[in-house]
Amino acid sequence: MRDRKIQLNLNGRSVSLVAGDNTTLLHALREYGLTSLKRGCEEGECGACTVIMNGLPEKSCLILVAEAEGADILTVEGLIKDGRLHPIQQSFIDEGAIQCGYCTPGMVMTTYALLLKNPSPDEEEIKEALSGNLCRCTGYLSIVRAVKKSARIMAGLSEGSE
Amino acid sequence: MLKSNSGESTNVVGKMVKRVDALEKVNGCARFAADIAFDGQIYCALVIAEKPHGILRSIDVSLASKMEGVEAVFTWRDIPGDNQLGEAIKDMPCLVKEGEKIRYWGDVVAVVAARDRISAENAAKSVRLDIEDLEPVLSIEEALEDRIKIHGGSNVKVTKLIRKGDPETVIKNSKEVFEGEFYAHYQEQAYMEPQGITVVPDLDYGYTVYGTMQCPYYVQSAVAHVLGLPMNRIRVIQTETGGAFGGKEDVPSYVASYAAVAAFNLKRPARLIYSREIDIQTTSKRHPIKSFYRVAMDGKKIKAIEVMAYMDMGAYATLTPIVMFRTLVHAAGAYDIENVNVDVYGVYTNKVPPGAFRGFGSPQVLFAVESMIDDIAWKLRIDPMELREENTLRPGSRTSTDHLIVESVGAPETLARVKESSHWKDLVKECIEFNRANEDKKRGAGLSHIFYGVSLGAGGQALDKSGAHVLINRDGSVEVRIGGTEMGQGAKTVIAMMAAEELGQRMERILVHQPDTAFVPDSGPTVASRTTIYSGNAVRRACITLKGKLISVFYDLFNSRPDKVKFCQGEVSDGEGRAISFDRLVDAAYVRNVKLFEAGWYDTPKLSFDMENGLGEAYVTYSYASQVVQVEVDMATGSTKVLKGFTAHDVGKAVNPDGVIGQIQGGFAQGMGYALYEDLKLRNGKIISDNFNTYIIPTIHEVPPELVIDIVEDAFSEGPYGAKGIGEPSLMPVPASVANAVSMAIGKRVRQIPVTPEYVLGLIEKKTD
Repeated sequence: MRDRKIQLNLNGRSVSLVAGDNTTLLHALREYGLTSLKRGCEEGECGACTVIMNGLPEKSCLILVAEAEGADILTVEGLIKDGRLHPIQQSFIDEGAIQCGYCTPGMVMTTYALLLKNPSPDEEEIKEALSGNLCRCTGYLSIVRAVKKSARIMAGLSEGSE
Repeated sequence: MLKSNSGESTNVVGKMVKRVDALEKVNGCARFAADIAFDGQIYCALVIAEKPHGILRSIDVSLASKMEGVEAVFTWRDIPGDNQLGEAIKDMPCLVKEGEKIRYWGDVVAVVAARDRISAENAAKSVRLDIEDLEPVLSIEEALEDRIKIHGGSNVKVTKLIRKGDPETVIKNSKEVFEGEFYAHYQEQAYMEPQGITVVPDLDYGYTVYGTMQCPYYVQSAVAHVLGLPMNRIRVIQTETGGAFGGKEDVPSYVASYAAVAAFNLKRPARLIYSREIDIQTTSKRHPIKSFYRVAMDGKKIKAIEVMAYMDMGAYATLTPIVMFRTLVHAAGAYDIENVNVDVYGVYTNKVPPGAFRGFGSPQVLFAVESMIDDIAWKLRIDPMELREENTLRPGSRTSTDHLIVESVGAPETLARVKESSHWKDLVKECIEFNRANEDKKRGAGLSHIFYGVSLGAGGQALDKSGAHVLINRDGSVEVRIGGTEMGQGAKTVIAMMAAEELGQRMERILVHQPDTAFVPDSGPTVASRTTIYSGNAVRRACITLKGKLISVFYDLFNSRPDKVKFCQGEVSDGEGRAISFDRLVDAAYVRNVKLFEAGWYDTPKLSFDMENGLGEAYVTYSYASQVVQVEVDMATGSTKVLKGFTAHDVGKAVNPDGVIGQIQGGFAQGMGYALYEDLKLRNGKIISDNFNTYIIPTIHEVPPELVIDIVEDAFSEGPYGAKGIGEPSLMPVPASVANAVSMAIGKRVRQIPVTPEYVLGLIEKKTD
């Protein structure tokens, strides 16, 4: 296995990682210290390792780190601005959408990608977007509420800033 | 929505609060088993038998040991202590010896230790095992023949009975007798975080075990046993735990034992994190149970019930003898029946050993008994709601074990709640009308009614205690340590609420630590929906003592009458103008050298129970639930969708209402998965649905948009503020309500779960029921 150096824009900072050719982005980022990405199935079924890569939600267990060369990568760590949680994170707390927490970072990032593309999704669109993220604790109802609340808050915020 | 008879006035308990661990879980800081690392750690991988039954002739590690990155390969010879594991019966080897039997696909033979995970996993595949094949026993029926004996003696290892009244005679003389046969398949816990443990040689010349788990004291005792060390050399600290549902009750003891063998021999931190495949293939599940029912009716009254239940306990007993007690007590349902016989048999097979899973041996038989009752109602043309109302447990009733229950029996109230919320009669009518108008889709409404014995009961009294340690720092911040674990269910939040309530300190000033065996003595397992009561009562007791000391200090400062001193949300006052903040009062206590740490202890009320006849006080109290669901079945594909759910739960007291609702919603989805989708597939003893592409758990698409939840609070006098348990009862009514709804929709009795499309199509095609 050959090691190579990979340059990434990770949560707004340029970083370089050294990783083997067949290392997944999940593994490389966890080794780097971003343990918010969780390993749940390693076959793209559970969504616990979801990151935003160049604006799109990607399951990092399915991506080789070499494919991420030069990419913009965002994780939950990068959502926090000036020590303040992102409205999506706050809504997940407020709506009781967190139990064990293992799926939470992936859920939050998938929600982020959804709202980036579609700022006011209806229930069906929310379900469609989150159908690749498994949660075994909450039964999803609180997660749907959290996504709706995030959308409302973010719409309010952008109106406020105009 | 809340109905309460507890009457206590509270400041924190019963209020809506935010989870105490939510921030760290949403910002990525929470440290799960795989998120911690130690200098010099080695990675472990397991070598498993990959045969269902055989004799291990030899283990060849020569190739694997020489592979790149491999440090060592350990076998049974490297175990310094005892090689046998098992909570109830020590019938399972930690690592199988040459010359001994392989009893299931996932039997562990060796542990590879390497520099990184991939090297360890590659080397594990290169260990060559010579196994002489034996014919495997792959079903309960084959096991009962006893032609092939898995452990030498009979395959029927454990039997439990209830003998109440004389059902045989009553059934013989009764005109209305009904029979039914039911099967409930495996269910995989499918916690999102796989099993994982790191064992670290520590500063105390022993080993500290970190990992995802429910029961740190089980892990401590298993590792001490395998390493041959006294328990004071083994310390266990729970990491953040990403779901458990029973699947992390006994299994982490085995995971820790494998890792401990590597840590002991290499004197380095040893880490073993399961892949999803190894996790599903080798670890516990919900038991498959085959059951046979006979019920005698007299009008609307259930006069007698006979149950025979056979549990597939796989290759090893693990927790089965304990699980069986719950199966036994719940098999006849939540009804007052004079004549009850229940026989439960635990049977060895050459398959994965099932163990604990939310409901612990009861959802399978509750599905069966509730299907049976439903079937009787339809056959006798009695409204299924009315039949339950007629026979349900009430204050003054006797349970199947002849336990006279006098308080906290909210069963009838839960029936009344769902009857109202679902508009039961209208819902049934609506389904009938829909079915008249539609051929390709059919709808059904299903009801179920259950009870749940809280905590470990008569079968587990020796484990049923809990400790707590509460310390107030000089700045007024509070540290709480309990023996119960947080696995997502909200234990830390409920405990912080109770500490805040009792101490009068603000909740954000209270920290509930990760469980650590070095601080709190053996508190039993975190199972059986017992943490709110047992750890909660222990914490309350410690807090009450601490508060008494702070009252003395207040008196010393202000000369106020102790009975006038009130603590509320960080403020202390006597109602006559004298007041001080909690934090300053604590400071005053510190300068007076007052001891501000206390241990709390709660042990279970003693139960009187005759094990031979299964009669007596089976559990300290019972939780109750009733549930209605509406389903729609696609008659062409056989697939079922849950359209609506209505559920009512008597929890005694909802200490954290948000948490209770979260449990009910989550339990509903997990129960729906069990009822409809989760179909574990085996081929020659190997589990082939070993990841989420083949083992299908509910996604966000499957949950119905409407789940109406009613919380009934019929207080339990021993419970904190009246609380009972909710963790497991949240799931238990679901399989039966869904199965009954499908039965109504298609007009044929569902007799097995999961109710897969293939099964539904088969039923539809059947000429008779």
